[in-house]
Amino acid sequence: MTNKTVLHAKHIEAGAKLVDFYGWEMPINYGSQIEEHHAVRTDAGMFDVSHMTIVDVKGVDAQAFLRRLVINDVAKLDVAGKALYTGMCNHEGGVIDDLIVYFFTTTDYRLVVNSATREKDLAWIAEQSAEFDVTVTERPEFAMIAVQGPQAKAKVATLLNAEQLAAVDGMKPFFSAQAGDLFIATTGYTGEDGYEIALPAEQAADLWQQLLDAGVQPCGLGARDTLRLEAGMNLYGLDMDESVSPLAANMAWTISWEPADRNFIGREVLTAQKAAGDQPKLVGLVFEEKGVLRTGLKVITPFGEGIITSGTFSPTLGHSIAMARVPRSVSFGDTVEVEMRKKLVNVKVIKASFVRNGKKVF
Amino acid sequence: MSNIPSELKYATSHEWVRNEGNGVVTVGITEHAQGLLGDMVFVELPDVDDEISTGDDVAVAESVKAASDIYAPISGKVIEVNEDLDDSPELVNSDAFGAGWLFKVQLDDAADLDALLDAEGYANSIDED
Repeated sequence: MTNKTVLHAKHIEAGAKLVDFYGWEMPINYGSQIEEHHAVRTDAGMFDVSHMTIVDVKGVDAQAFLRRLVINDVAKLDVAGKALYTGMCNHEGGVIDDLIVYFFTTTDYRLVVNSATREKDLAWIAEQSAEFDVTVTERPEFAMIAVQGPQAKAKVATLLNAEQLAAVDGMKPFFSAQAGDLFIATTGYTGEDGYEIALPAEQAADLWQQLLDAGVQPCGLGARDTLRLEAGMNLYGLDMDESVSPLAANMAWTISWEPADRNFIGREVLTAQKAAGDQPKLVGLVFEEKGVLRTGLKVITPFGEGIITSGTFSPTLGHSIAMARVPRSVSFGDTVEVEMRKKLVNVKVIKASFVRNGKKVF
Repeated sequence: MSNIPSELKYATSHEWVRNEGNGVVTVGITEHAQGLLGDMVFVELPDVDDEISTGDDVAVAESVKAASDIYAPISGKVIEVNEDLDDSPELVNSDAFGAGWLFKVQLDDAADLDALLDAEGYANSIDED
């Protein structure tokens, strides 16, 4: 059974090459994924992310429930509309999914989780919420379009009415606002400025067309992957999964250890792992010669082996970059080896962040 | 359906061969092949003067998606390589049968050309993929 988003016909109209993405027929590109990548870094591009799962959590226990469910502390959110990136772990401290939590009030939150993990996420959330006075509601009636790039906000602004413009005026990164029918958030998966816009599905094709007419480039999953990797953002299923601790996935910053009495799921295991210092770590790799670091390649270090979790060619930098899970003793600045097409090559270890706002950041 | 020029010869492994006369041929990969591979980011070519034999892996087309071996469609000596691909590998995508050519070969035996597929034969081989 293949799912199609409400924008499927628009993708075909735009010449998309479609692929199966965990049961969804989605555009991989509309011709050239590298051109789409550059459009986002230099101008504005848009992605159909309607396959992602929106879940509203409401009720008197909403805050208490989310303080248990996710590893970051939603009690830190005190301004309506503020967003928080975090993960939810199982009892063994493995990452079930990464997600964004939007705060409206302490009894009203919105979660956006991955599509590939939808069923297990919903089952887990339902199971964990049983003891809390909350209602958990999936919102499949919303489509979602991410508009990203240095010109993204300006191009979206040309389509908004006065009331909507006022709603998004001066919005800082990682905030959201309900602007008429549009739920507009300053979040994204590219390392560029821009919006993610959720809206009633029946309005999505019109907004897509208006964005197209405003000169926004449709972009597929291919460009989405090279953009997020340049930005050093994890992809669930590659860079982490249920067998991986957030401490081994560059997600320690999304854990709130304080207050010490907040009993989030996985806390006990993660606390022990942190004390032991025995978890591997997720780093960035840079390879400036010919060739591309590919997912799954072995990394050889003086402290033991690691593995490339995501590798690609970086269109912005013109050479290959990767994220790799390596022994914790490996340091930024080190040179390690990767087995690439039957030969060993030297690659440089850096923090997993390569490009932000169109610029190299290492 | 992608373009398959009738004046060229083809290998089932998606290389094309153009007879330039005097026992010299130009080799590239087909439009169909570049479409499967996606945006090209590096092309590793053989060295001039390399002796190559039909079926040898002699070059690598590395796209955003994967690295793919390119096989010698014919035997002979490499006499020229397309150095423009160093800076502009995307020529393989934009002009697979023209500016995206890979290398030129002085054939050992011009009769080898007869062993290659014609356009119709190649079109049939893609249909079977």
